[in-house]
Amino acid sequence: MNVLRRLYFVLVALFLAAPLIVVAGVSVNQKQELTFPPKGFSLAWYGQIFNDPEWRLALIHSVTLAICSAAIAVAIALPLAWFLWRRIAPWANIFQVLGLAPFILPPVITALGFLSFWATVGLFGQFYTAIISHAIFFVTLPLVTLSLGFASIDRSLVEAASTMGADDRTVLKTVVLPLILPYLVSGFAFAFVLSLNEYIVAYMTIGFTTETLPIKIFNALRYGYTPTMAAVSIFFVTVAALVFGAIAYFGDIRRLLGAMSSDS
Amino acid sequence: MPGLSINSITKRFGDFAAVDDISLSVPDGKFVCLLGPSGCGKTTLLRMIAGLEEPTGGAIVLDGDDITRVPTHKRNLGMVFQSLALFPHLTVGENIAYALRIRGASKEEQRKRVDELLAMIHLPDFANRPVAKLSGGQRQRVAIARALALSPKLFLLDEPLSALDAKLREAMQVELRQLQQRLGITTIVVTHDQREAMTMADLVVVMGKGKILQAASPIEIYRKPADAFVADFIGITNLLPAETDKAGRTTVLGAAVPGVALPSGSAKATISIRPEDIHFSKPGAGAIPGTVSFVRDLGGTVETFVEAGGTTIVAVATPRERPNVSVGQAIGVVLPPESCVVLQP
Amino acid sequence: MRREPPRALADYAPLFFPALMLIVFFVVPFSIMIAVSFFKRNPAGFYTPDFVFDNYARFLTTFFGSVLGFSLLLAILVAVCCVVIAFPFTYLLTKRSRAVQTVWLVGLLSVLSLSEVIIGFAWSTLFSRTAGITNLFVAIGLMKEPVALLPSFWAVLTGMVYQALPYTILVLYPALVRLDPTLLEAARTLGASPVRAFFNVVTPALRNTIVATLIMVFVFALGSYLLPQILGRPSNWTLSVLITDQAIYQSNMPFAAAMAVFLVLISLALVGLTLLAGRKESAL
Repeated sequence: MNVLRRLYFVLVALFLAAPLIVVAGVSVNQKQELTFPPKGFSLAWYGQIFNDPEWRLALIHSVTLAICSAAIAVAIALPLAWFLWRRIAPWANIFQVLGLAPFILPPVITALGFLSFWATVGLFGQFYTAIISHAIFFVTLPLVTLSLGFASIDRSLVEAASTMGADDRTVLKTVVLPLILPYLVSGFAFAFVLSLNEYIVAYMTIGFTTETLPIKIFNALRYGYTPTMAAVSIFFVTVAALVFGAIAYFGDIRRLLGAMSSDS
Repeated sequence: MPGLSINSITKRFGDFAAVDDISLSVPDGKFVCLLGPSGCGKTTLLRMIAGLEEPTGGAIVLDGDDITRVPTHKRNLGMVFQSLALFPHLTVGENIAYALRIRGASKEEQRKRVDELLAMIHLPDFANRPVAKLSGGQRQRVAIARALALSPKLFLLDEPLSALDAKLREAMQVELRQLQQRLGITTIVVTHDQREAMTMADLVVVMGKGKILQAASPIEIYRKPADAFVADFIGITNLLPAETDKAGRTTVLGAAVPGVALPSGSAKATISIRPEDIHFSKPGAGAIPGTVSFVRDLGGTVETFVEAGGTTIVAVATPRERPNVSVGQAIGVVLPPESCVVLQP
Repeated sequence: MRREPPRALADYAPLFFPALMLIVFFVVPFSIMIAVSFFKRNPAGFYTPDFVFDNYARFLTTFFGSVLGFSLLLAILVAVCCVVIAFPFTYLLTKRSRAVQTVWLVGLLSVLSLSEVIIGFAWSTLFSRTAGITNLFVAIGLMKEPVALLPSFWAVLTGMVYQALPYTILVLYPALVRLDPTLLEAARTLGASPVRAFFNVVTPALRNTIVATLIMVFVFALGSYLLPQILGRPSNWTLSVLITDQAIYQSNMPFAAAMAVFLVLISLALVGLTLLAGRKESAL
């Protein structure tokens, strides 16, 4: 039984890791060719991400897009989650549904909605349209983490603060915000990582004028192969693993993903 | 008029009246316990005094000012919550200094007051500890110190000691009472533990189903309970049926109890007598005849259970007072008239 | 601070910005998309306003019907594969220590967040002739010479299962981690082997969760837009690919919009079913 279980874990791990191992191998090829196991060893392709003007520009676009859109997503989710926690207003739940919908629907649909919208208002192709689109597309993530964060606050803490003379604003500043900060950071981080990797919405809003890294990879894929693509892929996996690892290290990732309480 | 005055306060949740038209006056500097079983409305009453619940009707007056509509944060009170509600993101010192900090007190002022309060609760040098590292009793004290940081007019505690084990709870009861007497602060504690109420309170308010059943000093509540519910809730008691016989004498389980009068016009009533007031005699001669069914020797006290006239009577004494009682023994139960309380039907 | 209904207008202030953003940038775009689905194609620009049903009428062709049928079948197949692999795995995972669980969750999230572009690229590499897995088979003597495993239906299926598996595990995780362990212990004390207890106790207890997960993974798989293009032949293209293709390469926004509306209706119907299944679960 134990051996079988172990084998099962190894097989799933292998399935999830295999493509990444091959890509990692390919990314250190000495020459510009698609071979595995790699021939020779070179980290030059990683340098390309930062040295090649086109890749560097795509990286800058992606990081700018991810930071700005994650920030806006949090700015939308925070007051909404706070309001839903603070007030009894059943009709306001419609906004929660609106916040969750873009993420649950097939992404192509959300992307096409943005394409129609920006084309109709005549702003199609502007970089900031992608920022706003990503912010709406990923607002779900901070909304979910923040709702969890608010739900975890013992309401008697807020009551205690008010008996000591804190008004609503002071309570928010001195009690509520410090307590939900970890959830806010994880919400931002989730949105950041997913925005960094997102292709279709970015493509349908600014794909004709600007290249983000995923767009660049896809375009490169169509015009032939370069190990830089592999290097970028590994770079992305590493960033994601680092961010999620940090969330797990500083916060409680099991709780964020739905385990009932931190001590279970 | 100094003190707290509650006038016809009512709180309804839908059709259910959690607090039903309660009036109560608490003189300045007194220690009051709101006592009752869960769901009797005592916590709701306390929360209305704190402003955490809005009354459906009535008024709350503190030192002559109507504070019924004053928001909690302007009421100048200190409150200890059942969960203690210590801020997990702040240290012990920061928790205690919270009320001063949000009023813009200087760091020096905050530090001075924190030191004073930590000395008061016998936890000096604890200022920089995280609250998660405290024991149950320490957390308890920190919550008390935090609530008293601004020397409030009113000190409210909601089941403050319920999380502690029995021994620590008793010690904290004494400590809390001594602290309150030293500070002379008007204090209201919600509890369901009658021993706790007896230990601490000047005034015990027994509540049931949203109403006040009796409000009096602990000893008066114990000696002269208003009704069967209060008598049973406060300590252990024997509730025995009493009736007037043809000769006009009051009898309990067939034995005459001279000197106890039933309310005029009623032939039947219930009397309450505390276990420690019951005496035993030889069977016959004006005593209730009974048989010892169980003896519980607790070392410090002996509880004797006597079957008499279809009910069980409990009597308590020290082992020295009552050395030779054994199960199966026939015995006479004597009820001293001065200890019998005739209850309202 | 108790929860209370908003009273003054100022109490609604926090809602203002989120509501504005969500309405202007989600509700309005969505409505425009629905409107566009009734417009006429304009090869020079995006579209010409009109009110025609032509775009929806095109659904009635056999080509469209076969693409729709293929998309649905593929998504069902992906959902079934994922749940079959993920359910026992997630169950075993919840029995491991917290540290092990955390490491796995971080790994799963990292794979889940991967761009579809990267997943497509990674599998196309793994299935390629020069760098692919067949080189390994040659090395251990299973095959004579390396071959390309793509484009093929199986490559598409593998890629999509890869994409959806972390999602499936993370959807199942909360339900399984909260599963009352005494349920299983009770079964064990009554003499059931662990495997038997898993199939006789755990699986039936979570039947609705499994159904809900199947539907969620199905919707997730319906959204896959790049993998069929990168790993498959044109005959393996799904509705999502077709929408992208029509919108971007054929410049036929109205038809793309009509397909999108259709896909929304399917997704919404299934999400509704999920909620219904979830409600029944909580009512039990």
